[in-house]
Amino acid sequence: MADPLLKVRDLEIGACACDEDGNLREIEIVKGISLDLERGHVLGLIGESGAGKSTIGLAALAYGRGGVRITGGQVLLDGQDILELGPRRIGQIRGARVCYVAQSAAAAFNPAHRLGAQVIEGTIHHGIMSRAEARARAAELFGILGLPDPATFGNRYPHQVSGGQLQRAMTAMALCPRPDLIVFDEPTTALDVTTQIDVLVAIKRAIRESGTAALYISHDLAVVAQIADDIMVLRHGETVEYGSTRQIIETPQKDYTRALVNVRTVVKEPAEQQSEAILRLKNISASYGTGPKVLDNVSLHVPPGQTLAVVGESGSGKSTLARVITGLLPPSEGEVVFEGTLLPPRLAQRSRDQLRQIQLIYQMADTAVNPRHTVAQIIGRPLRFYHGMHGQRRRERVQELLDAIEMGRGFSDRYPAELSGGQKQRVAIARALAADPKLIICDEPTSALDPLVAEGILKLLMKLQRQTGVSYIFITHDIAIVRAIADSVAVMLNGRLQRFGPRGQALSPPFDAYTDLLLKSVPETKVGWLERALASRRMESGGH
Amino acid sequence: MRLRTIPPSAWIGMAGIALAFVAAIFAPWLAPYGEREVIGQVWEPMSRAHPLGTDNLGRDLLSRLIFGAQTTLFVALAASVLSFAIGIFLSFFAAVTRGLVDQGLSRLNDLMMAIPTLIFALVVLAALPQKLWILILVMAVLDSTRVFRLGRAVAMDLSVMDFVEAARLRGEGTVWIIFREILPNALSPLLAEFGLRFAFAVLFLSTLSFLGLGIQPPDADWGGMVKDNSDGIIFGIPAALIPGATIAALAICVNIVVDWLLRRTSSLKGGRDG
Repeated sequence: MADPLLKVRDLEIGACACDEDGNLREIEIVKGISLDLERGHVLGLIGESGAGKSTIGLAALAYGRGGVRITGGQVLLDGQDILELGPRRIGQIRGARVCYVAQSAAAAFNPAHRLGAQVIEGTIHHGIMSRAEARARAAELFGILGLPDPATFGNRYPHQVSGGQLQRAMTAMALCPRPDLIVFDEPTTALDVTTQIDVLVAIKRAIRESGTAALYISHDLAVVAQIADDIMVLRHGETVEYGSTRQIIETPQKDYTRALVNVRTVVKEPAEQQSEAILRLKNISASYGTGPKVLDNVSLHVPPGQTLAVVGESGSGKSTLARVITGLLPPSEGEVVFEGTLLPPRLAQRSRDQLRQIQLIYQMADTAVNPRHTVAQIIGRPLRFYHGMHGQRRRERVQELLDAIEMGRGFSDRYPAELSGGQKQRVAIARALAADPKLIICDEPTSALDPLVAEGILKLLMKLQRQTGVSYIFITHDIAIVRAIADSVAVMLNGRLQRFGPRGQALSPPFDAYTDLLLKSVPETKVGWLERALASRRMESGGH
Repeated sequence: MRLRTIPPSAWIGMAGIALAFVAAIFAPWLAPYGEREVIGQVWEPMSRAHPLGTDNLGRDLLSRLIFGAQTTLFVALAASVLSFAIGIFLSFFAAVTRGLVDQGLSRLNDLMMAIPTLIFALVVLAALPQKLWILILVMAVLDSTRVFRLGRAVAMDLSVMDFVEAARLRGEGTVWIIFREILPNALSPLLAEFGLRFAFAVLFLSTLSFLGLGIQPPDADWGGMVKDNSDGIIFGIPAALIPGATIAALAICVNIVVDWLLRRTSSLKGGRDG
């Protein structure tokens, strides 16, 4: 058998980090990784944040991000150890034989230059093609990637195309010099599910047609399963499991892999629909300033003790809905009725008790808690503010709440910087609970977290609902979560309510066109799902 | 934070500042002669009895320098603290309330900044009675315009963060948001700015004294000493240069420490985002 294109042996990567005392300390990020990648194959690297997957991807370009150093092992590209090459020789390989596609294409393109010029820049710099050849190649790639008007697409500026198109343009940039290897670093993570599927298809087709090999980095096993031939599961810089995609998905050997494959273990039977409602929105419309309507005639209700999931892609108005309910954005029309009484539209007009009843949990726990307050201060403030608790009583209640969110009592004196992402989100949940609310609005509380951590948060939320009878409005773009926990579902598109009803009814046919597309776009952790999803999509468009 | 992580340049800066403050606090014990005591001829050269020579009236220059530290540092410090108190409160209030209040305060601030500081100070001080507290107040108000600018920018960044919105949703008042949510997070850049503003206040006071509107004789202050002795330069007498060099040295020391503080705060910021 011929030597593989990329052969990594015992790769060790370290970084300098400060410990609690401010001392510099060497920590190991990657501990002895070995992998092989054949020409034309795709290897998926999967793991939670901090698993070292991006670091390994960049090591294939012999590059270490700020402070990261490759301390041992070999990275052989066609039998040559690229870690031993000087900066000049490395420069000849990067962007020519090995290319990189970053997570955020919006941040990776220079907004002041046309896309076409940026896509062919590297190719021309390395003298691989003449300008005319590179232009033709770029246009050809735009076509393969399914971009509109391939011949003139390159004349646009980055702000004139959508996020999904930008990500595809970046893939074209990587493919342009006909590299041997492309490193994809979470290329679809920042995209909506309905866009993600298009980009996935485009990347898969482009890889196949150009015969290049690829490292595909993602935290989403379902996505990797669609595109990779082999999968390596990483955790804490070590290989957990490494094998063919089918083997990893269908017969995982290790517990951690099994947990990743069957990540949705939270299941809640939808409750019986009740006619009474704790919150009722009547014909709500809202806009920012004098701009267009972000919400257009939305009416829905939340029964007490139940969960309403609001689904939609970015820009659909689902977060604006939360702002209207909380009073941050007064609606231009319509009314918000809470427990039978009309809520004043503005935050400033609501009484302290009305404010207490509705709490909000944010997507980014990092910015939702004050970095200069301790956990006890964060959780204790609502206790004092709403319930007038002092001293010993308040301390005891804080401890109870820490128990309720399944965190140890020792956490009360810590600052948010000393907590993990999941723990910060738990503290934010405890802060909401401290107010003793009737309704908690969760604005994508798990989308910034790793799958297993997110799962823990969902379990916690469900447990708290059973214990306290609180209602949730759960804003999300993840249909899998909706299937798991919602009692009723609202699907939003461009500020309009597309569909609203009990879960069983909302998520079963007949569908409107958009709900159908949304449901079919959610990746399943199954080999061959992408092809099936495409086939069913094509059949429908043929049928119309 | 460990002492070893402080770079040598910062140590030098802190030593210089400490020296100035020790001189100011213990002036009556450290100074070999009295502040207003005429003890020799005009502009005597450096000697064992007078290490820095004498000034234009025959007073000991070293003693005047030590007593001058008292007035200079006190006035500069008081003016800086006051300007920060005014500037921070108004700027945070503007950033948190937004709307008309913000517009009003910001435009008023622009108006104040449009008039050259020195000319403004000269006119106001010439019109008002020459009292120490009036001098401090005028310096503080003029300097607070700069603090306002920085404070508003920092607070604007912070006031759109989710934790501030969470406080608003809880129903917290403006005072809580300013002092409990925003101020602790804005403290590091503001502290660094305080060091810088303090150095400017020393320079500004010296300028005013040099022009005859700052500290009034016979009280010693560094800027006034430069002015008193400036005629000597024509005769090749260095008496004016010594207080001038002291002002420069203090300004440099403060700036070194501020540079180090700024580096530290920027790394702290990285920690906050990460």
